[in-house]
Amino acid sequence: MPNPKFKFLLGGLFILAAVVYLIFSSTQASAQYFLTVDELLDQQAAMVDKNIRVSGAVIGDSIEYDSNELKLSFTVAHVTGDNNEIEKNGGLAVVLHQAVINPANNTLKVVYVGVKPDLMRNEAQAIMTGHMGADGVFYADELLLKCPTKYEEAVPEQAEG
Amino acid sequence: MIADFGYGIFLLSFILSIYAVFAAIYGYQTNKYTWVESSRLAMQLTFPLITITSGILVYLLVTDQYHVSFIYEVTSRSMPLYLKITSLWGGQSGSLVFWSWLMSSFATAVTFRKWDRDREFLPWVVVVSSVTLAFFVGLVIFFENPFEKFWQTFNGDVVTAMFQPAGSVPFSPPDGKGLNPLLRHPGMIIHPPMLYLGFVSFVIPFAFAIAALITGRTDDRWTRITRRWTIVAWLFLSIGLILGGRWAYDVLGWGGYWGWDPVEIAAFMPWLVGTAFLHSVMIQEKRGMFKEWNMILIILTYAMVIFGTFLTRSGVLSSVHAFAQSAIGPSFFIFIGVTLVVSTALLIYRWKDLRSEAELTSMLSREALFLLNNLLFISIYIVCFWGVLFPLISELFTGQKVTVGPPFYERATGPLFAALVVLMGIAPLSAWGHSTIKTLGKAAWKPATAAVIGLLAIIFVGKVTNIYAIIGFFAVLFTSFITLYEFWRAAYARSRAQKENLVLSLWRLFGKNRRRYGGYLIHLSIILMAVGIIGLEMFQTETQGTLAQGESLTLGEYKITYNDLAIFDSNDNRNLARATISVEKNGQFVGELHPRRDYFYESQQPMTIPGVRSTIQDDLYIILVDWQPITTEGATFKVYHNPLVNWLWWGSIMMILGSMVAAWPEKDPEPRKVSSNAALAAAD
Repeated sequence: MPNPKFKFLLGGLFILAAVVYLIFSSTQASAQYFLTVDELLDQQAAMVDKNIRVSGAVIGDSIEYDSNELKLSFTVAHVTGDNNEIEKNGGLAVVLHQAVINPANNTLKVVYVGVKPDLMRNEAQAIMTGHMGADGVFYADELLLKCPTKYEEAVPEQAEG
Repeated sequence: MIADFGYGIFLLSFILSIYAVFAAIYGYQTNKYTWVESSRLAMQLTFPLITITSGILVYLLVTDQYHVSFIYEVTSRSMPLYLKITSLWGGQSGSLVFWSWLMSSFATAVTFRKWDRDREFLPWVVVVSSVTLAFFVGLVIFFENPFEKFWQTFNGDVVTAMFQPAGSVPFSPPDGKGLNPLLRHPGMIIHPPMLYLGFVSFVIPFAFAIAALITGRTDDRWTRITRRWTIVAWLFLSIGLILGGRWAYDVLGWGGYWGWDPVEIAAFMPWLVGTAFLHSVMIQEKRGMFKEWNMILIILTYAMVIFGTFLTRSGVLSSVHAFAQSAIGPSFFIFIGVTLVVSTALLIYRWKDLRSEAELTSMLSREALFLLNNLLFISIYIVCFWGVLFPLISELFTGQKVTVGPPFYERATGPLFAALVVLMGIAPLSAWGHSTIKTLGKAAWKPATAAVIGLLAIIFVGKVTNIYAIIGFFAVLFTSFITLYEFWRAAYARSRAQKENLVLSLWRLFGKNRRRYGGYLIHLSIILMAVGIIGLEMFQTETQGTLAQGESLTLGEYKITYNDLAIFDSNDNRNLARATISVEKNGQFVGELHPRRDYFYESQQPMTIPGVRSTIQDDLYIILVDWQPITTEGATFKVYHNPLVNWLWWGSIMMILGSMVAAWPEKDPEPRKVSSNAALAAAD
């Protein structure tokens, strides 16, 4: 009978290998580039059909909802991803407001098919997961919204998979 | 005025908790017990003081004192009384006060116990609780003060400050911003306090662990004292997580309950480590093993509790880059860092004393399987931690921010959860010290056969073809049959021996070994929840459509018909659009559903409320997506069919019961070591 310590070591290594494998293969399978609107537009060609997560400020006037097709389209304006900068400029609510009213900001058109989230409104922060089409439109599979203006506590999420 | 008073009282409790720390250390060092006693009294005094502070805050909330900025942020005149009270934890600063209040009440409760046999622990328990308390109270005092008021300066700007800036006049907005309607759900109102209760209760076992390390009394006394605290902490944390899930299911309108959001994971990580700890302390008590490991687990749990409080409180949502978003971020990191370094140093200092009293010899022994359970929980924890930190790591090495989403967590943790479920079945059959395939097989073959038969029924009668679902159902059946068989075997043996009837035997069995049978009940409840999760994750179907009045939509066995839509104002400032839908199942009329959309005028916030027909078999979940101005023209619906999801909620109720059985007070349990040649543990 082999040394029991050796057996345990072997078992431990096996579990370790399994976990490492699970983590790395899953990371590769579901990694998403996290970008701001500016960064995405900069590398637009390279990013087509990659798995992307992008965030921006919702421009209220652009929200259109076709309830027959459940097709939601809207435009988001660039918001910085740097939190120190957000803090410096007076907090997220102010930054989102500035992003929406400043016509010089880069914008991105987004299409999402699904139920229109309750938090979908002007100056909400939208975090979209999906891919960039060759037509320059971002096709979101998942949409998270955050409205910092209305209450201090953020709603954990408003998502649809 | 009264706000200033509240702030002053809070300042006093800060000073007291700092005093308690130094008095306790001094008393311990110089062996002067009066100093330790003084530190204990100081600790206890923080409780009434923070109660007064919280009371004042609640008073300001219910009396609409909007000149205080926190009150303005979280309430409004139109909110009902209970929501005004509960908005104490609706904002960051208020919830830190609430956290402090819970901390001081738990610390006070623990200092009231009889310390005769554990006198040397007392000063260090006071130190750890007071340091934790002082940290949170300090955060409120220095960074997140809920008593700050509005002032209008001479040029018309409105500023917030604790004391009147020169040349300004008090300013009071007529009404507050109010709580977002999406959060006005019972689940969401009780959810934060439950999580906090869980977080705070885990501080107590940690305090005793540190006391054990410092005093060198590293036997299992500290785990015995804190056993019930641990179970209670675990229970509250579990309830908190489940309520959050229930809220998501009811309110967020996508028929899901868990989104692998960083904030959810932040509350999940202490649960994972805490669950591992909960299991492995039993090995220390029974076999004197894994002592170092238990210390590591409780230290990690504490770190995750602080980290979790920070993540859930800081409003950080989508990105770990936002860690430093609020002023309290760096303080949290320093605090976590310092406590980790100090505890690790203590652990290294005592490492030799924590040597195991027995050795692992058999791969299938109870202790080895407990170890495996621990490794699986920690693996899931590592997956979660990796997922939360990955954006930071990737940016550091590649300069590109890359995140991982729910598919990552599902894929990486799925096999680990399945392994845990199977292990949950096998482990109770194994014996302490030594087990073989043969002894395990002897105990398991009957339930295993039953599970195979059940599985065949599911495959051929239920027509399940999804391979992952089949694996999942097998794990679930196998484990539940074994657990039920365990109950039956033990009750049967007892009723034969004691000549009682079976039900009475089962009852007495529970009474005799509450932790074991409470634990088995929790295992069964986890199985029920797993059934719900498998049902929803693997068999959810959906459809959508725009229906004119009288038109129908079919989904599986269900047929829904759009009858009517009513739009009206309610008396609490809402506009309601409420559809009436009749539901048929296999051609039989089974009832009406009313999915609706409420529009809150005050906050300009719509809220979608699904119409749900919930049975033990499945949920039919209908969302009113949109409607035409002339309602007869039509309305759009999204329909989800969520099989078995109710098992998730019933399972959680059973889990609460099981935890209560396990935590129910017994006479002070004395060490009962089991030797390695003990009989098959399952049969005792």
